[in-house]
Amino acid sequence: MEHEVCIPVSSEIDIVTARQKGRQMAAPLGFSNTELTLIATAISEVVRNIVEYARSGELCLDIVREGDRRGIVVTAQDRGPGIPNIKLAMQDGYSTGKSLGLGLPGAKRLMDEFEIESEVGRGTKITMKKWVQKNAR
Amino acid sequence: MLVPILKQGDYLIASIQSELSDADLLKLRDDLVRRVSEFRSRGVIVDVTVLDVMDSFATRTLRAMAHMIMLRGAETVIVGIQPEVAFSMVQLGLKLEGVETALDLEEGLALLDNRIKKGDKKLGT
Repeated sequence: MEHEVCIPVSSEIDIVTARQKGRQMAAPLGFSNTELTLIATAISEVVRNIVEYARSGELCLDIVREGDRRGIVVTAQDRGPGIPNIKLAMQDGYSTGKSLGLGLPGAKRLMDEFEIESEVGRGTKITMKKWVQKNAR
Repeated sequence: MLVPILKQGDYLIASIQSELSDADLLKLRDDLVRRVSEFRSRGVIVDVTVLDVMDSFATRTLRAMAHMIMLRGAETVIVGIQPEVAFSMVQLGLKLEGVETALDLEEGLALLDNRIKKGDKKLGT
């Protein structure tokens, strides 16, 4: 963990800020344009999840190194109501809000790694990573 | 960030100029639906070339907007979806079902001309 950047999330305006920051941080690592778009979109979905269900929280971005590979790690954390049934929440098309229910399962598909921890009444923490593809260009 | 809406003959053209917040997108939807009635427009083009992210909310809002405009008797074409954005939408599982798309503004105008003229012919006008 070298230069973690955290963005407080309290309104829908922060969604745009968060995904722009994510793109900025990921770009110098050598991601392709498509990968940068996937990262920004995944950030958009998890931050929207905070705004919609927990109202406020925090999005943190950091660079990770593991051996000779590099990537970006995105952590979205809130102290909201938590998710009672994570399995259900990770199903395509399931939503308790007014969304399409593609946010969380979609974000998982866009990233390489995706972990979700949640406790009812205490909040939710999503950690997702994307690695730079070594053979890309 | 306000999205300028230009009236060109029977069409309205909304060119998105920068990243939009959720509220901006909803405002665009409302403005366009209102202006279609106000100007008796037959077609609407929304140019999303500058958007580098189209997430589930943006897609849902644009789709809803196109359906509302259709209910007012006009057609909507979304133009300029970037290749990376298209890639990400498909991975996310997002669909713009029932909404016309075209490569760019020029193609979008041609598509509207084509469809609306054809419709007029059918009506015998």
